[in-house]
Amino acid sequence: MKKKVLFMIAILVVAGTLWGALERVHPFGEPARAPMDDYYLQNAQEERAVNNIVTAIVFDYRGFDTLGEAAVLFTAVCSVLALFRKGGGHQ
Amino acid sequence: MKPLSVVVRTICDIFMWFMAVYGAYIIIHGHITPGGGFQGGAVVATLIAFMLVSHGGEKMVSFVRTGMYSAAETTGLLLFICAGFFGIATTFFYNFLAKQGGLFGSTVPLGANSGVLNSSGTIALMNMGVGLEVIGGLSLIIYFMFRGIRLHVETGSEETGHDR
Repeated sequence: MKKKVLFMIAILVVAGTLWGALERVHPFGEPARAPMDDYYLQNAQEERAVNNIVTAIVFDYRGFDTLGEAAVLFTAVCSVLALFRKGGGHQ
Repeated sequence: MKPLSVVVRTICDIFMWFMAVYGAYIIIHGHITPGGGFQGGAVVATLIAFMLVSHGGEKMVSFVRTGMYSAAETTGLLLFICAGFFGIATTFFYNFLAKQGGLFGSTVPLGANSGVLNSSGTIALMNMGVGLEVIGGLSLIIYFMFRGIRLHVETGSEETGHDR
């Protein structure tokens, strides 16, 4: 019973949040102002001498984020190697 | 896994290297075309899965040298971090090679153009580093997971080279 009430409250909170967000959506075809996007599109080619703006963002403007992704991959490989190491855990 | 028939194995032997070249192309042209280190590395890493399916486990395990893949993974990550640290005269991850001339240093014409391979500075370098890391990492994951599964099932010896 207590669990059901908690679930109902959680559902109401999530639904209210989503409804509130939906009411503030800008109309279709009229995107909100995004000065950051415009800056990248206009200046990346000149500043970094790169044609692919997406790569410029991923590896240059947001390079630190990509370092985290590479570290995540490295950690995943390390954990797989630790899990499937020779000998196994059942001996 | 048992090896598949001779037709599949022959096609695999030929087609495998086209896949490797295609993945290397995606990595090297990461700053011009859609794609980059992660995507190209994943394409190259399919090579080992391809080999596992067509040639069977025994041959794949004997073919793979894990030290080489491990070295590729570590080298890639170190290259990436070093390329980030070398720009620290300005900021961390500053693109110190772009528009300087020399390695990856040429400029691109503004507006739509067909692309210059020797451009974009550390972006190309980091693409190669990440590509090496993804090749090594995903190949090692496939290899060790297959070996771990085989260890648990403990099947008898596999036959190699015979047609089914």
